[in-house]
Amino acid sequence: MSVLVNKNTKLICQGFTGSQGTFHSEQAMEYGTNMVGGVTPGKGGKDHLGLPVFNTVDEAVHTTGANASVIYVPPPFAADSILEAIDAKIELVVCITEGIPVLDMVKVKRALQGSNTRLIGPNCPGVITPGECKIGIMPGHIHKRGKIGIVSRSGTLTYEAVAQTGAVGYGQSTCIGIGGDPVNGTDFIDCIDLFMNDPETEGILMIGEIGGAAEIDAAQYYQDLKVKKPIAGFIAGATAPPGKRMGHAGAIISGGSDTAEAKMDAMKEAGFVVSDSPGGLGRAMKEAMAA
Amino acid sequence: MNIHEYQAKELLEKYGVSVPKGIPAMSVEEAVKAAETMADSTLYVVKAQIHAGGRGAGHFKNDPNGKGGVRLCKTVDEVREAATAMMGNTLVTIQTGAEGKDVQRLYVTDGVDIDKEYYCSVVLDRNTSRVSFMVSTEGGMDIEEVAENHPEKITHASIDPVTGMMPHHARTLAFALGLDGAAMKSAVKFFMSLYKAFVELDAAIVEINPLIVTDKNEVMALDAKMNFDENALFRQKAVAEMRDESEEDENEREATNWGLSYVSMDGNIGCMVNGAGLAMATMDIIKLYGGEPANFLDVGGGATAERVTAAFKIILSDKNVQGILVNIFGGIMKCDVIAEGVIAAAKEVDLSVPLVVRLEGTNVEQGKKLMAESGLPIISADDLEDAAKKVVEATQDAQKAA
Repeated sequence: MSVLVNKNTKLICQGFTGSQGTFHSEQAMEYGTNMVGGVTPGKGGKDHLGLPVFNTVDEAVHTTGANASVIYVPPPFAADSILEAIDAKIELVVCITEGIPVLDMVKVKRALQGSNTRLIGPNCPGVITPGECKIGIMPGHIHKRGKIGIVSRSGTLTYEAVAQTGAVGYGQSTCIGIGGDPVNGTDFIDCIDLFMNDPETEGILMIGEIGGAAEIDAAQYYQDLKVKKPIAGFIAGATAPPGKRMGHAGAIISGGSDTAEAKMDAMKEAGFVVSDSPGGLGRAMKEAMAA
Repeated sequence: MNIHEYQAKELLEKYGVSVPKGIPAMSVEEAVKAAETMADSTLYVVKAQIHAGGRGAGHFKNDPNGKGGVRLCKTVDEVREAATAMMGNTLVTIQTGAEGKDVQRLYVTDGVDIDKEYYCSVVLDRNTSRVSFMVSTEGGMDIEEVAENHPEKITHASIDPVTGMMPHHARTLAFALGLDGAAMKSAVKFFMSLYKAFVELDAAIVEINPLIVTDKNEVMALDAKMNFDENALFRQKAVAEMRDESEEDENEREATNWGLSYVSMDGNIGCMVNGAGLAMATMDIIKLYGGEPANFLDVGGGATAERVTAAFKIILSDKNVQGILVNIFGGIMKCDVIAEGVIAAAKEVDLSVPLVVRLEGTNVEQGKKLMAESGLPIISADDLEDAAKKVVEATQDAQKAA
């Protein structure tokens, strides 16, 4: 098992013929992801990378039976692309695009309520189940199949987590990048829930950052679980000054409760093994697994 | 992105949000002329325009015991006097820090008769993913303090994006402020207009503190602070043109032009990292090893020689920098390509401070070899902890040698 994606995932790409869509689709196929086509409005009927191109997501779904879509559409048009995928009732949508206006995401978030679609991202590296399916921009080769589920708001810091847990001997069941925007689709709680219900996942590593309350909510959720799996975590941004946006649109301290310290305290309180150092992610995971 | 009070009021007024009459002035003469234009006023307010709050309670550096950046004037001569005292001088407020901010723009407004003062803000609530209003009867106060000590004095309204703001939301807010009759009606129009302005302008925060009710029962924004979603500026040309670059950190502005994300800090160890989360984590680990980061810098996915050079130049223009840590987790981009970029950039800027480079990812060995053979004194690090340790040590050594 694993969560969200596996070898049965049939993926299409929105923004397929663009430079990002092309490059990362090639990488995904090379990794073994089952890609079945792509969407670029106005280029329907053509072939690209040996796969069919469609004008609409609906057409792509009906023709290929796709159940997942990855979006590499530029920010001004990305929300529309997510909404199109929701309308086409795709189960899983992964939006890589960074820089979507937040009020566009407010509409998307509303459209997700009551829909059949789960959104990962935006502004995220994607989702990978090592050896089966890679959706997104992460380097496939650093991953190794195993028993740790990783969930993170960051891209390269997730790769760091993969490398460090790998160095202490653990592989990953699935790695999920939920993205660095203030309004996103899937949150930490959703991912903890997925990992709790996945028999292959034996431990969870959660990487958060300053801004918002998602980590504190997740800590509370974990604390209230009746059955628990070992969990470790880290929060980036202990040195970030308040009121300053640290790269990610959502990484900004705007009150007393969204600092790294407050989040790490809440996680410790809830029973996480928290690493104070980003260099100690592997050790923290090992400690959690040994406990 | 922040804008000035006068700009915010100009924008809000177009959406039907009431504000006192006012005219911006870029010189003392313009301020005087502005006051003369408002012939039927019996009271003027001269307000320093800087991107920071607490202006009224602040002071000017050249007159520490004098009045602040918001002054009431009864005559045009008093307006001239107030404008002369402010223009070109440095205003220090609770939000500017000790260095203060230079006043280059003024706003001359009509002094309206205030009956009551309230607080109002509109923000994007991350917990609900909706636009949310917050009002309080405690006008002119620090709202965080009110939230802490008197949460019962704050009322919220969360707006469903499907319906937008409905009259019942606005009524709830108005009643929470204890308004009735004409003042209630005026408040409903005010809140509805404010919501429309917020969503149509892609605002991130609008704060009206104080929101006032005049002696004629009219609700008005006496002050207005607006902050905008940078990701939406591509479709908000009028807002984007209001950017006042003199209010921004020079390095942060230069970084923006290069598509780099940079935040300046107080320390002496410069950082260049790919990815925002890893960039924050790199600053954190420098601190844990006893160093002080000089900046946050996310160089992005394509760490090319050109971008790395620009990043080095920005880092080095901070005179406090005595050592640099480059931390790149090469995902799709190969480490040997990144190493070539770092070497070329270090040569071009003629780097004179210690440079520690930590590379990870594809072709990491070739990358390290290239750096070792470059003839440059690059200190290579194996992992995050090793990198932090080495850059803190090298920077301390450089400090001692200096």
